[in-house]
Amino acid sequence: MTDARRSTQTSVRSPQHSERSGQMRDTHRSASTCDAQHSAQTRGRRTPAPPPDPLLESLPFPLAARQLLQNQQLRANLRHATHTIRSKRKSVVAELPHWEELRSAGAAMKDRALCSLDSYLEQLEANLIQNGAQVHWASDAAEAQRIVTCLIKAHGVDEVVKIKSMVTQEIELNEALEAEGIAAWETDLAELIVQLGHDRPSNILVPAIHRNRDEVREIFLREMKLYGQAAPDDLDNDPEDLAACARNHLREKFLRAKVALSGANFAVADTGTLVIVESEGNGRMCLTLPDVLISITGIEKVIPTVEDLEIVLQLLPRSSTGERMNPYTSMWTGVTPGDGPQEVHVVLVDNGRTRVLADPIGRAALRCIRCAACMHICPVYERVGGHAYGSVYPGPIGSVLTPQLRGLKSVLDKSLPYASSLCGACAEVCPVKIPLPDLLLHLRRRVVDEVKRRHVGLEQTAMRCVGWVMGSGRRFGLVGRLAGWTRIFIRRDFITHLPWLGKRWTARRDMRMPARVSFRRAWRRRARDKK
Amino acid sequence: MTANIQKKVALFATCINDVMFPDTCMATVRLLERLGCRVCFPPQQTCCGQMFTNTGYFNEAIASVRACASAFEPYEYVVGPSGSCVGSLREQHPLLAELSGDTALQQTVKAVVDKTYELTEFLVDVLGIEDVGAYFPHTVVFHQSCHSLRVARLGDRPRRLMEKVRGLTLLPLEADDQCCGFGGTFSVKNPDLSAAMVSEKARCVAKSGAEYLVTVDNACLMNIGGALHRDGIAVRTIHLAEILCSQECERDEPHVCHPQPNRALLTHNKGEKDGRVGGGAP
Amino acid sequence: MSRELVFKRIRQALQNGGEDTSATGAPSTWEYGRPTAVADPIGLFIERIKDYRAVVLRTPGVEEVPLLIASCLAKAQATSVVVPVGFDEAWIRTAALAGIELYRDEPPLSKQELDGISAVVTTATSAMAETGTIALDHRSGQGRRILTLLPDTHVCVIRIDQIVSDVPESMALLKTSIQAGLPITLISGPSATSDIELTRVEGVHGPRNLYVIVVG
Repeated sequence: MTDARRSTQTSVRSPQHSERSGQMRDTHRSASTCDAQHSAQTRGRRTPAPPPDPLLESLPFPLAARQLLQNQQLRANLRHATHTIRSKRKSVVAELPHWEELRSAGAAMKDRALCSLDSYLEQLEANLIQNGAQVHWASDAAEAQRIVTCLIKAHGVDEVVKIKSMVTQEIELNEALEAEGIAAWETDLAELIVQLGHDRPSNILVPAIHRNRDEVREIFLREMKLYGQAAPDDLDNDPEDLAACARNHLREKFLRAKVALSGANFAVADTGTLVIVESEGNGRMCLTLPDVLISITGIEKVIPTVEDLEIVLQLLPRSSTGERMNPYTSMWTGVTPGDGPQEVHVVLVDNGRTRVLADPIGRAALRCIRCAACMHICPVYERVGGHAYGSVYPGPIGSVLTPQLRGLKSVLDKSLPYASSLCGACAEVCPVKIPLPDLLLHLRRRVVDEVKRRHVGLEQTAMRCVGWVMGSGRRFGLVGRLAGWTRIFIRRDFITHLPWLGKRWTARRDMRMPARVSFRRAWRRRARDKK
Repeated sequence: MTANIQKKVALFATCINDVMFPDTCMATVRLLERLGCRVCFPPQQTCCGQMFTNTGYFNEAIASVRACASAFEPYEYVVGPSGSCVGSLREQHPLLAELSGDTALQQTVKAVVDKTYELTEFLVDVLGIEDVGAYFPHTVVFHQSCHSLRVARLGDRPRRLMEKVRGLTLLPLEADDQCCGFGGTFSVKNPDLSAAMVSEKARCVAKSGAEYLVTVDNACLMNIGGALHRDGIAVRTIHLAEILCSQECERDEPHVCHPQPNRALLTHNKGEKDGRVGGGAP
Repeated sequence: MSRELVFKRIRQALQNGGEDTSATGAPSTWEYGRPTAVADPIGLFIERIKDYRAVVLRTPGVEEVPLLIASCLAKAQATSVVVPVGFDEAWIRTAALAGIELYRDEPPLSKQELDGISAVVTTATSAMAETGTIALDHRSGQGRRILTLLPDTHVCVIRIDQIVSDVPESMALLKTSIQAGLPITLISGPSATSDIELTRVEGVHGPRNLYVIVVG
């Protein structure tokens, strides 16, 4: 331990020095490495480039899912991760006898906040300003990007360190900053893996849940040296070694950063306190070391009072990482003289949240405290992972939140409410009791109504016809009788091929044939026989 | 057998049971009659409307709600052998009735909801019977369907009933709380995912070594049974009602599908190319 | 102005909702700040914080604290230690005698300086038994937030009367600190991550060693 300590002690480098030494070492590496670095520089990028296609142009869910299902490695990684965290959650939740009461309290508290969102936000703003913070409002992603870019540029810096934040993913802040020549370094281990892997997060809690240790090792070895402290050549795939490697890589970035970006898990209206719940200490680094802190947060993160923290601080760790309490929780109220950043900004972002709020049923999705329990328990998510959802918010909550935030316009967004078998496992684990299956149905209805308004499609016609049949026992009885007649031609119990849409069923399973005699008819015969 | 006052029960057959699994309905009738109930089948009933509601077609479901409401209104109890359909009737029909704007319908639905039970609920809670005098000398695994667990909230009632069945051995089923991937129109809207889910379920069922797979929802059986049949896995599928109905004195086995017989025959005179091995999940 | 636009949208959205409260959850009967029934809070606290790989030492009286601090620092192979403003320096004397270099945060040390110091010794505000959490409000004796962050070893001295049942009781105690604008840090074990295959690994950016000395 002391040795490791000493080495960091002596290696407090200036950024120029570290970059130069990194480059020098690189010249001795293989040509391909140099090429990679070279290409990174010629493109003028400061940070690793994410995948080129915008999220919104992702495939509709069923097609994306089809592709991802082919990836056996991904499925194995996801299965392992989701099952591990599920059982952890289950055991720590079982420790609290008043868990159900807590969930109700959480739901009621968030509803209270949402139902008077305007007055709580006013209160939050006033308390932040009174404690020395500067408050900014952004109605959409572009505005939030502009505000943050201007704040960073005003300090004349070209790099910032970042705490994992969903809203900054949502507003695609990193790429906006990159375009302005500002490097935003992700410091959460999983976000670092994603960033260095030229990848996209696939989970809101563990963004690199789709990666296993070997892949992480490979990414670190390949990429770290291009952007700072290189990974040691003899890097092992042991998570402990990989974490230590990330520690060394990021330490110099933390120490030289002048500006940090964060989100907020909660914003307390009656005190103006922001809260970050984390594990690694990268959050504390960002919240404490730099001179300037810019916190970007969605307007729905507000909670009414400081007392309410006791509810969410019990619900969140147990639901998310499956711990009784996460290693570190930081709370700060504006500027603390002599301690931490002396310039504190808070950017409050709408970006579609008021649209969600306008739907009296759909707004329950704004209760979400981003614990990821719903995705970890979801049998659909477990098999395809977050990338299938074409949104930074995947899983059941993503399926109800994303289409609402974005306005339910694209084919992708219209496919998301259908990305669930309605098994209901998500609603059971949600710490703030979001009725996810009900919301999925509600959004399906909105999708159907929206499509109906434009044209009458095949599905609409079919549903209307079947609906008409189901309006009368006699009509339905007739259909049952017709179905039974098919047995005159097809005598076997199962068929292996169905035409048209039925192909989708028989692609994997055989279809049971209707009974020769429906129950309805059998009942009538029985009554007749009895007489 | 026990119920001293004869209960007048309307059978909520459900559409899928009516057309595809009439034996389940008949077993329910015989069981209830054996336990001293008077069973009726109001013919106006059709289906719970989940196919519409769960696909987003709320308005199209209202006709089914009306059919159910008018069919079941006159009876003392409504009993259905399906957790999913009973759950839908109780949870979704009031909402749909409200949507229709028809206050009379809302009142009828409310009255119907209050007296509607899934079969195992009716046996355990209303009749107060766990031992229905059944005999079923087989090993079984139980798939607790999602809706019976989380919408109808049957709890451990099906297991309690099974434990009292003579000769029955209940084996553990791996990942028994996992969805089978049916999900109504989910199975055609997201066919690849549904296939992946049912494949895993079929694998767990095959691994269990049981003779029978039991559920309280035939929709799940249609899905899992179809996959078992496709894979040539010799586990039979059966609804709990049929197990509870079968007794030692009876000669005839309850209706079950025999997954194995003559696979060649099944696909006979059909192109085998894309049927059995096609698509689906690994 | 965006501010006005956002508020206008919120008010419109809430009007839209009208009287519909279908999105509101079950009425809550939650009582705030309630202690939970814990038979032996001190024992539970020790058990739970140990669960998260903290090392716990217990002593009946303050007399032994200097010795325990010295032994923690020795165990962590610390060569230097920083002491927050207001921390009882008598407690650190044994360690100093053992040759560990002593730093005071007065005037405030730079982050580079702190990064070179191996350990920090602090007190705490309160502790939660159920979750195995210590809470700092960074008043006198607990130091600026950076002090308990950069050094790799954190030794925390806590009195048994500071240990309460669970989160609600502790948060009720911290309420006045938060209202006074003080920053709060809740610590449950050394820094950790589960980001690789959900395997928990202790020690990422924050202190990799956490020692808790329970007095009383």
